[in-house]
Amino acid sequence: MIQHPGVLALLLASGLVSLLLLAAGWQGLRILRGWNLQSGSEVQLDLERRTYLVSTLVANALVIQILSLFLFIFTAEGLHTQFVGAMCAAGSLAVNAFGYPTLLAKIATCLVAGVWLILHRADTQGHDYPLIRPKYVLLLILVPMVLAETWLQASYLAGLKADVMTSCCGSLFGQGREGLVAELAGLPPRIMQPAFWITLGAFVAAGVLLLRTRRGAGVFSVLSLAFLLVSVTSLVSFFCLYIYELPTHHCPFCLLQREYGFVGYPIYGTLLGGAILGLGVGALAPFRARKSLSEALPRMQARLAWSALVLALIFTLIVGIWMVLSPLKL
Amino acid sequence: MRPSVQRYRNILDFALSSLLRRKGRNLALICVYTLVVFVIASLIFFVQALKREARELLVQAPDMVVQRMVAGRHDPMPVAQAETIRAIRGVEAVQPRLWGYYYDPVYGGNLTVMATDDTALAVESVWVGQGVARSMRVKEGDMISLRGYAGPMLFSIQKVLPEESELVSSDLILMSPQDVRSLFNLSEGLATDLAVQAGNPRELPTIAAKIVEQFPDARPILKSEILRTYEAIFDWRGGLMVVVLSSAILSFIIFAWDKATGLSAEERKEVGILKSIGWESADVLLLKFWEGSVVSLTAFLGGVLLAYVHVFFFSASLFEHALKGWSVLFPRYRLLPALDGYQLAVLFFLTVLPYTAATLVPIWRAATVDPDAAMRS
Amino acid sequence: MIELSRVVKTYQAGLATPFTAVDDVSLRIPAGKVTVLKGPSGSGKTTLLTLIGCMARPTSGRIHLHGLPAGTLPQLTEGDALEITSLPERFLTAIRRRTFGFIFQQFNLVRGISVLENVMLPTYPTGEDHAWVEARAIERLGELGLLRHLHASVDRLSGGEAQRVAIARALINEPAVIIADEPTAHLDSRLSEDFMELMGQFKAAGKTLLITSHDPIVHGSPLADVVVEMRDGRIVAGS
Ligand SMILES: Nc1ncnc2c1ncn2[C@@H]1O[C@H](COP(=O)(O)OP(=O)(O)O)[C@@H](O)[C@H]1O
Ligand SMILES: [Mg+2]
Repeated sequence: MIQHPGVLALLLASGLVSLLLLAAGWQGLRILRGWNLQSGSEVQLDLERRTYLVSTLVANALVIQILSLFLFIFTAEGLHTQFVGAMCAAGSLAVNAFGYPTLLAKIATCLVAGVWLILHRADTQGHDYPLIRPKYVLLLILVPMVLAETWLQASYLAGLKADVMTSCCGSLFGQGREGLVAELAGLPPRIMQPAFWITLGAFVAAGVLLLRTRRGAGVFSVLSLAFLLVSVTSLVSFFCLYIYELPTHHCPFCLLQREYGFVGYPIYGTLLGGAILGLGVGALAPFRARKSLSEALPRMQARLAWSALVLALIFTLIVGIWMVLSPLKL
Repeated sequence: MRPSVQRYRNILDFALSSLLRRKGRNLALICVYTLVVFVIASLIFFVQALKREARELLVQAPDMVVQRMVAGRHDPMPVAQAETIRAIRGVEAVQPRLWGYYYDPVYGGNLTVMATDDTALAVESVWVGQGVARSMRVKEGDMISLRGYAGPMLFSIQKVLPEESELVSSDLILMSPQDVRSLFNLSEGLATDLAVQAGNPRELPTIAAKIVEQFPDARPILKSEILRTYEAIFDWRGGLMVVVLSSAILSFIIFAWDKATGLSAEERKEVGILKSIGWESADVLLLKFWEGSVVSLTAFLGGVLLAYVHVFFFSASLFEHALKGWSVLFPRYRLLPALDGYQLAVLFFLTVLPYTAATLVPIWRAATVDPDAAMRS
Repeated sequence: MIELSRVVKTYQAGLATPFTAVDDVSLRIPAGKVTVLKGPSGSGKTTLLTLIGCMARPTSGRIHLHGLPAGTLPQLTEGDALEITSLPERFLTAIRRRTFGFIFQQFNLVRGISVLENVMLPTYPTGEDHAWVEARAIERLGELGLLRHLHASVDRLSGGEAQRVAIARALINEPAVIIADEPTAHLDSRLSEDFMELMGQFKAAGKTLLITSHDPIVHGSPLADVVVEMRDGRIVAGS
């Protein structure tokens, strides 16, 4: 399977991301160890220059990682014909034990890399590199995550063996392969529907509270992550049924297909973006006491929270429109 | 315009003018880049087009074919079995098929000979595909001679099949069932295989299982299996080529790295000046990012365009040698243009990402020149 | 006013071959006056300018900028003195853009682009309105008698013209302080006199001027309010 061009592209991308982050992590380690802002020595000046390198590397890695998240799903989609019983990407991912973990790891690395860039942005607002330590500690956490993701993906792809026709025996008969999606699909809309609206309500309420009183950043953050999880579960459980107009089609990946107007892109884009921004709000919260950030941080948090809420509402609007206009009624 | 947006625009403008000012150098880079994109794109488009052709070929194929296996080899099938199979639940129709391969020593390849029930085709005359007509240099009304089991047989060509998708009919010779029987010495009551049509395609596996149960020597082949096998083979072939080509990608990365690291003295001085008059490292990084994006985009679009023309207008003629193995399967092709976002995305990953990654460190180095460097030189 | 206390700049500090270019310099540069740094080549004048002009950070010592406009940095309020020695590059750059205009010894024009573009170049990263910047650039170039050359490539300018383009560029962000490093090194004496006359106009307009030179036309000029002499990185007279 290694020779499929899409698989090659994925392996190349994850190799590159690992390389970029290893380099960034190495620089981060040097910065953590040698940092001394009071000194005007050449070493310190050099380390400060290296902060630009690290942020460039991580920003590029994040972009590649997000692109490869979608490429991964698409490749799984394109390969489903080669596995008996796989109807779409959901089936291809279930072909071996590494498929879904890879997907989750990709999402997790995107979230953490996004939060890192938010921390970095905040750090550049203060005149004394206020977040240099937390930032590079987080980077050192991100590096093994990315390496793990690379390993998971390589294991998944290496473990793919097409169910090819052989001359000695005729048909291969498989049963349906759905995996994680099947389990999520099992969650009845009766439970998920109220769960979604309650989570959305709580999220918006926490957002309003945060914007009004500048308090509750942590709660807002947790709720933004919860909103991501509940939304994805609700998508599988019932939202997508309205979009597919089929009472039994639960696949979260087919949304990305042309047949459904590529509606999956805004759906997942808003969810992923909203979660990154929401988590960013919470990640900044512990540092509001830093003097050099006392003005910039609350402003930044408010902007992030606003954007996260807007993205969540756009998501709700999209799925809501389909729910109302769909000929399917549950 | 908001200042942050205006900043992006200003720096983009300056990046474009910088690229134009160093035409020679950048042109060389873009040419090599375009070439790499072109080669890989040609390959990906080509494989994709073949896959599509195969899929279209199979659209007309029956959902399931039942063959008889004797001693591990494909053997003619008693037509009588068709009745038994038709009785299986879910089976809609069973059609015995008569066909075979005819090796033509002049043509140097296998032709597919097939029986048709079309009454428009008279006995001792044939319909031939474009490929057959081309290679035998015959046209409508000519006669061709085939070596039959009982000696040479003469056929008049009644029609050359139209060239819709060549793959379907290119190497095909259609004749009446009784002609096929005498050509291959197949007795009445035997067929090459049986085509089975099911009411609901989902029931095909169950039907297949029942057939094997009743006739242990039967081998049912599902259309989906053939499709799967084709796809796997094409992907494998195409991927193998990409693997071979990755040496090209690799040398390209080294080339890009070299280009980016060897920033000319002029360019280095310019960055120094920019920094001394109030540009910040982040601004220079943005400048270099724009420059790289413009180069990548130009090369990518150029390469894709050239590859499109190459594959779909010139039938990938530059690859003819490398891909000769496929020509047994598809004698000659005029591929129908097919292009989708996924192929472009894969191409983008294979070409633009390595280039970008290779230039990051050199760009950073250039961007972090000390602003006071410009004060001495 | 700019205030330096015990400023040291050591190149390759902490590495094998350290070299101290500015050694324990304390100095006050008064606002609205002309200060001239003189001294032989290699005495550390240029290095000192880069430290004051936020282009490089000193190895040790403190530099305070007084009277910066509010909003130069987010936290800065009117009247505060800003200590710049440990600021990160992006803040130094932000201060430099608004506060200092540089005239370099080698003019440092970007070759291959027009005079007008060269003058506007410092404003690109600030994202100011393009039309407004262009109007300002044309006005500056007009004042310096360069309207004829607006769209000419800078490669074809004479030495004196090139310097006036560099001066227009230094003024584009309306800085309070103008820093000139050996401005008359590549000019004949008549052009040097013209240059000093121009500096006189700037002084009259209330700008602070800081000029390095070992040219008597500059440090002997009646315009020079303060003359500081340097040798081997130290101030030997006039502070
Ligand atoms: N980047 C550097 N690394 C090492 N030494 C330097 C560097 N820049 C300047 N110097 C040294 O610092 C000294 C002072 O230089 P400079 O400030 O340019 O003197 P001036 O402008 O008075 O001629 C010189 O001896 C020069 O060689
Ligand atoms: Mg000097």
